[in-house]
Amino acid sequence: MLDEVIITEGLSKKYGDLWAIKNLSLKVFSGEIFGFLGPNGAGKTTTIRILTTLTKPTFGRAWVGGFDVSEKPEKVREVIGVMQQHLSLDRDLTVRENMELRARLHHFDASERKKRIAELLEYVGLTEHADRTIDELSGGLQRRTMIACSLIHKPKLLFLDEPTVGLDAHTRRRMWDLIRRLNTDGVTVFLTTHYIEEAEALCHRVGIIHEGQLIALDNPFELRQKIGLFTVVTIRENGNASYKYFPDKMVATQYVQSLPSTVKTIVVRESNLEDVFLELTGRGVGD
Amino acid sequence: MKALIDAYTVFWADLRVLRRHLVRTIATSLINPLLYLLAFGYGLGRGISFEGYSYLDFVVPGIIALTAMTSSFNGSGSKLHVDRLFYKCFDEYLMAPVNISSIVIGKTLIGVVRGIISSAALLFTGLMISPKIFASPMLPLFVLVLIISCFVFALLGVLVALLVKSHQDMNTFSTLVLLPMTFLSGTFFSLEGLPETLKTALYLLPLTHSSQCLRAAALNQPFPLESLLALIGFGALLFSGSVLALKKASV
Repeated sequence: MLDEVIITEGLSKKYGDLWAIKNLSLKVFSGEIFGFLGPNGAGKTTTIRILTTLTKPTFGRAWVGGFDVSEKPEKVREVIGVMQQHLSLDRDLTVRENMELRARLHHFDASERKKRIAELLEYVGLTEHADRTIDELSGGLQRRTMIACSLIHKPKLLFLDEPTVGLDAHTRRRMWDLIRRLNTDGVTVFLTTHYIEEAEALCHRVGIIHEGQLIALDNPFELRQKIGLFTVVTIRENGNASYKYFPDKMVATQYVQSLPSTVKTIVVRESNLEDVFLELTGRGVGD
Repeated sequence: MKALIDAYTVFWADLRVLRRHLVRTIATSLINPLLYLLAFGYGLGRGISFEGYSYLDFVVPGIIALTAMTSSFNGSGSKLHVDRLFYKCFDEYLMAPVNISSIVIGKTLIGVVRGIISSAALLFTGLMISPKIFASPMLPLFVLVLIISCFVFALLGVLVALLVKSHQDMNTFSTLVLLPMTFLSGTFFSLEGLPETLKTALYLLPLTHSSQCLRAAALNQPFPLESLLALIGFGALLFSGSVLALKKASV
């Protein structure tokens, strides 16, 4: 039932002496929103560049849509849409012209082009901005244009590299709505993010990448459950915070009651993916 | 056929941008050659005659050749290297189901158009200043050589834009290669009477062949067919180089 749309086996990429990603093996299934979560420089963009045929792996293999990315890059490109992290539109062209360029590159004839562009402008909510140049648009509208461009050829699989980086909270949520709508309409989404809440809000499954290696892979709830669904944060007088994780609220409360009175601030809250990340990487975890 | 349509698509996008900035583009690309024309043609060369022609008649074809060079080179190279290195929107072409030679041709064509626009504008200025030279029966050949020259230098722009690693590299190339070519390639003076070694070195530069051909056609002199062939050779070499560079850049 579950179709694997992305498979990587031992995928590794070395730049000079540095391993950008190391021995990465994962599967992404048809119909899901898969999130690749990690800090800047963890290897997220390198992974996307390999999967979207823009970079070759040093070792390992990857199949996207059933095609080997190194051997059949042109086949892979037909089935995927890509939204890069940076603004990859021609700034001197209008929204419509940018879309028309993609449609022409994918060999749509004039009437198909017109129809598809009108349809997509409506879908992403850009109809009224269609004839403004990219330079005149806000960051959120530029991102929408990029999504519209990446959808021109009706890809079944969409790669979004940091889709909401630099957007304000309101615009970010509208972008999330759009991504969910796309997914409901049958597009599998592979996205990278360093925003914890984005991974939690959007993704069916999350892979956590740290220093080029995949350190966890599951749905957000399972990931949280592994460390404990509740977190107790204690802040001592010297300002140092420490985190402890508990399977449920009762155990957490018992722990709080056992704490000495020297502890200044105590917070009991639900664990999130940031806790998972900190716990797994050992970073920022106090005593 | 598909390859040609794809080349047109790549060209189409750049043409749209050019249309948006047409006046500015023409104005800026004309300033340099007009200054050369005023300073060297009028200021310096008013009273001088050269190989039996007034210096102005002599220098106009050379200045048209160098206009074709700079406009075509910048026309194809400057947007391409910025799109590739800074905006990174050139990746979109590499991701598209499009042949690499189509991308090279498309990106070259915009330089050709820019070169033709600028040199045509200068040609009209030249016609007003020095009408005699364009009474030459070889005018069609002149136009043909001009178009071929634009292709050669637009291809040079594409190749350099695909190879450079920074904006500085692009400037360095302009200063170290284009600028000497501007002054030395028989644009402002005749190569006759130069020491043989220097002459040989100058014949390794495409602009030398371009200005020799254009001058001969403009002044109705014996046409240096071997220079035209050399220009076409440069074009073929630069095209292959660009295709190879792009193959390396894409996976």
